Amino acid sequence: MLVIKCPYCEVEAEETELTPGGEAHLERFGPDSSDEDFEHYLFIRKNERGVTFERWHHTYGCGKWFHAARCSMTMEIFGTYPAQTSKPPKELIKLIKSKRPNWGDHK
Amino acid sequence: MRRYSVAAIVKEAFRYNAGWERAWRSPEPKKQYDAVIIGAGGHGLATAYYLGKNHGIKNVAILEKGWLGGGNTGRNTTIIRSNYLQDSSAAIYEKARSLYETLSQELNYNVMFSPRGVMMLAQTEHEVRGYRRTAHANNLQGVETEFIDPNTVKRLCPIIELSGPRFPVLGALWQPRGGTARHDAVAWGYARACSDMGMDIIQKCEVIDILKADGKVTGVDTTKGPIKTKNLGIVVAGNSSVMADKAGFRLPIESVSLQALVSEPVKPCMDVVVMANTVHGYMSQSDKGEMVIGGGTDGFNNYTQRGSFHHIEETVRALIETFPIISRLKMLRQWGGIVDVTGDRSPIISKTPLSGCYINCGWGTGGFKAIPGSGWAMAETMANGRPGQLASAFSLDRFREGRFIDESVAAGVAH
Repeated sequence: MLVIKCPYCEVEAEETELTPGGEAHLERFGPDSSDEDFEHYLFIRKNERGVTFERWHHTYGCGKWFHAARCSMTMEIFGTYPAQTSKPPKELIKLIKSKRPNWGDHK
Repeated sequence: MRRYSVAAIVKEAFRYNAGWERAWRSPEPKKQYDAVIIGAGGHGLATAYYLGKNHGIKNVAILEKGWLGGGNTGRNTTIIRSNYLQDSSAAIYEKARSLYETLSQELNYNVMFSPRGVMMLAQTEHEVRGYRRTAHANNLQGVETEFIDPNTVKRLCPIIELSGPRFPVLGALWQPRGGTARHDAVAWGYARACSDMGMDIIQKCEVIDILKADGKVTGVDTTKGPIKTKNLGIVVAGNSSVMADKAGFRLPIESVSLQALVSEPVKPCMDVVVMANTVHGYMSQSDKGEMVIGGGTDGFNNYTQRGSFHHIEETVRALIETFPIISRLKMLRQWGGIVDVTGDRSPIISKTPLSGCYINCGWGTGGFKAIPGSGWAMAETMANGRPGQLASAFSLDRFREGRFIDESVAAGVAH
């Protein structure tokens, strides 16, 4: 059972309170985009083994969407941050790098 | 290879079983192969087998980072069926199911295929309509299925509760020639046959990098040194995205955990496979007497081969309403496997942007049933450099072109 802290209401939410929302920071493309961009937006996923950034919804809580950084090999949650951003906060990246020296960076 | 037969058993009985050979060799890798397959699970070994048998390519290595058949081949609920809605799915799954029928004889290895029948319960009006449609589609595709009424369901599976308060059984899609097989034996049988053809199965050999020059694959770098090849097949299920990254392309795949569990062994009480897609559960009884139960996937990416416990709880809670008899059974073991799920819930057997490199992945929650057909189609793709009739619809570019094979709707959830 994952326990993830909601950055809005600051509740330590259990997994059953939350709904997973897939990969974070996807670049969205509309009807006028190329087939390749649209394919990447809709289907192609990083699916990282290791540090991964994803969206969660605090369904049975405050009802807000937020972001989380998690390790898909150990299930460690590095941290959470609000949804209104297109990339993870610098402090969180720094924290992950201190814990995972071989990890590249958020791409 | 020494053939398994009654005569061999009698002979060995007189000499303390001292004459049995190892089922496959464990050689060190050579420097170069005509074809290399990454992943010695069912799909990888079947690919190698049909490369040798159908296409005469026998200088083949199968590389496995763990042990043979230790991934999803050893972790599934062993269900075999082919009652899919879309034509291209029905074709490849039916090919697989029909190959399973004679697989034991062909491999001289008992894979214990048991065509005991698979029923998919319709527990809502929508499912009734959906399965009637699937039955019509299957009959046009040459797949024998029929929609049966609740009384027939009860006759085929007496332990079922038809009039459950939340999920009454309104009928079922019945495939009499579906069933189960011994999952490990499928991998072992293919491995033995591959080894007999002179192929090298190299276990505990992890691929570190995929080597390439001028847009073509030239080999792989492994924990046992570099191996040259111009024909590479990636058949690694949950780790497909990781391998694709090494080869320099990305996939429409997400890796999630799918769990299964078995109960303590009980006397025979159920001789069909029952799938209940509305409630996310499926159950059959193994030859040892254990009730084998599978459920739904987690909603987030995961490489740990463990899942969240509340999914097990949901599955069991729902199945107890349909099978009240299991309510006091103790569960013995529970485990997870990492399944590779695509956007349209159909597999990928395809060329890749890297020339000479082919990929077979995306079988998601339903790969075991497809092993022989998948191997057959992948071998054809690797031998000819392009997909044949079975594989052509499952190419990687269908996501860009919008040619989905939409089984996420057709198959409900359980696969």
